[in-house]
Amino acid sequence: MNASVPHIEVMRSQLGRARGLGAGHSGVSHWWAERVSAASLLPLSTWFVVQMFRLGGADHAEVVKWGGKPVNATMLAALIITTFYHAQVGLQVIVDDYVHGKAHLPTRLLIKIGTSLMGLLGVFAVIKLVVRSGSGK
Amino acid sequence: MVELRLPRNSTVGKGKTFPAPAGAKNVKTFKVYRWSPDDGKNPVIDSYELDLDTIGPMVLDAIIHIKNDVDPTLTFRRSCREGICGSCAMNIDGENTLACLKPIKSIQGDVRIYPLPHMPIVKDLVSNLDGAYAQLRSIQPWMQADSAPPPDGERRQSVEERSKLDGMWECILCFCCTTSCPSYWWNGDKYLGPAVLLAAYRWIADSRDEHTGERLDSLEDTFKLYACRTIMNCTQTCPKGLNPAKAIGRIKELQIERKV
Repeated sequence: MNASVPHIEVMRSQLGRARGLGAGHSGVSHWWAERVSAASLLPLSTWFVVQMFRLGGADHAEVVKWGGKPVNATMLAALIITTFYHAQVGLQVIVDDYVHGKAHLPTRLLIKIGTSLMGLLGVFAVIKLVVRSGSGK
Repeated sequence: MVELRLPRNSTVGKGKTFPAPAGAKNVKTFKVYRWSPDDGKNPVIDSYELDLDTIGPMVLDAIIHIKNDVDPTLTFRRSCREGICGSCAMNIDGENTLACLKPIKSIQGDVRIYPLPHMPIVKDLVSNLDGAYAQLRSIQPWMQADSAPPPDGERRQSVEERSKLDGMWECILCFCCTTSCPSYWWNGDKYLGPAVLLAAYRWIADSRDEHTGERLDSLEDTFKLYACRTIMNCTQTCPKGLNPAKAIGRIKELQIERKV
């Protein structure tokens, strides 16, 4: 073997590289979920902002009572779930763009777990509001 | 992981200056990216001061003048010099375009000329497009139909059907759009890029092609198609005035139409 010949690490044909592992047959639902959740957040966030103005100056007991009403609790839970779901799909795109190599998979898992836990925390907070106002405390 | 700076051997240094000929009145400076694989040195920017009164109106005229009369070592691609072959695609004044269609007068100050961004460099202004060409081949840019063509002639198409190909058949595959796309810079190994997706849609939209479903199947991928972030650099930079972003949007619409 001639030592002066440079070592070439990748000899795979360009077509083989371009085809890669083939199409993953996913992506449509992710893309659709991004758009639908973004559109849903428009009315949900508007509702939330309006409610916050209406509750301006209210004390803790009043806010708990407000949050315990079924319609408000439903809207709050929907807002929280949609927000963190949208964050999850959106952050995944950023990770796909900027994180390459071995770090890609763990980062994606981290985003998935992190946003799910935060969403869950929000939902349980709403449940707590409902239970509290239901028990009359 | 994330790359925040250029590799050490890619940082660009200052090169030579070629002064204007004595007595030149209408002088403009052309700053050209130079790199050779043979000498093991970093890329540099050479400055060529040219007398605009003695050369043609386009940037390609200036580059050809440099090669013929100033510095024969300058390497670039060119062929038709009238915007139909796509060979002289390069980054001029910060924008990917064809040197033959870019008037020197449209550029204020010095004319900065670089190769198409974020591709491997062969030499000077010649970037390696092998990967992009292979991606084009991977979407099978040819007619695929199972019905036999009429024995006495070609496959027919109505005027309305034919008009759907307008804005796509004009693409000359110069890859100005693909190499202007940040998403392609980040994931060019997996994302097909605007030029190839425009070509893919050209066949999806062709009424004579019968493999529309298979074509949509092979594009349905987080990266191949959906790494498009609608940044729209492609449409802004296209020297032929085409709209690859719109073609990509149409493919996404069709993917939704058959699934949701």
